[in-house]
Amino acid sequence: MNPSVSIEMVLLLAGLLFVLGIVGVIIRKNIIFMLLSIEVMLNAAGLAFVASGSHWGQPDGQVMFIFILAMAAAEVSIGLALILQTYHQHKSLDIDTLKEMKG
Amino acid sequence: MDIIFYITAFVTLSSTLMVITRHNPVHALLYLVISLLSLSVIFFLLGAPFAALLEIIIYAGAIMVLFIFVIMLLNLGKETAKQEKEWLKPKVWIGPTILSAILLAELLFLITLPNNTISSQQTVDAKAVAISLFRPYLIGVELAAMLLMAGVVGAAHIGQHKKTVLHRFLKEEEPS
Repeated sequence: MNPSVSIEMVLLLAGLLFVLGIVGVIIRKNIIFMLLSIEVMLNAAGLAFVASGSHWGQPDGQVMFIFILAMAAAEVSIGLALILQTYHQHKSLDIDTLKEMKG
Repeated sequence: MDIIFYITAFVTLSSTLMVITRHNPVHALLYLVISLLSLSVIFFLLGAPFAALLEIIIYAGAIMVLFIFVIMLLNLGKETAKQEKEWLKPKVWIGPTILSAILLAELLFLITLPNNTISSQQTVDAKAVAISLFRPYLIGVELAAMLLMAGVVGAAHIGQHKKTVLHRFLKEEEPS
């Protein structure tokens, strides 16, 4: 069966999304935006998995996407707890004011 | 079906670009929800409807609500009233509305198509995913369960409030 969308374009889209996530992590100074950009990068990885899985017609890509989803849920809960704790202790979410790493 | 993929890819890239350039976290979250929805459309076009469903339910449903909850929890200062006024300006919601209207038009177009031409690609449905998930990847499911358990315990431990955060060595040094 002929695939309607070429795999190269989907992988290019996944790569562009990943680059956007990396750019977001680098240019933003707020921890919440950095966490959001990490979510974008995880989405790009999941898109690459699903695209290659559907290209070969195997369910393994979606299985890996489910694992990425579970990992993202755990990572977001831990990260948001860390953000809350950081804000309660330092009253700031700017990474320039948090660079000292004092207890 | 090709042109729908390119339109959706454009929506995804533009909304993700808006995510990393917004100043207000709630605006960025709004665009990130649009990005997740359009990525779900791409999953559907790729013949993975189960992944598309999980993308909407878990990512755009659960994780984004968690983000919004924490952002609302953090913004309890004096800027809240000013932000509430700014949220309702038309130039804030006109961008996500346009992008989601594009996605809605695609959805309506896909619904009105005849039934056998929705996905010209072979579809990997939820049954095949479940069989592959619970037979060869069962150890991965167990490891994901352990990871989620560790995440719950870690979040509950990190999230609790402590008055003084001192290392125990520092506490021993202080009286002496």
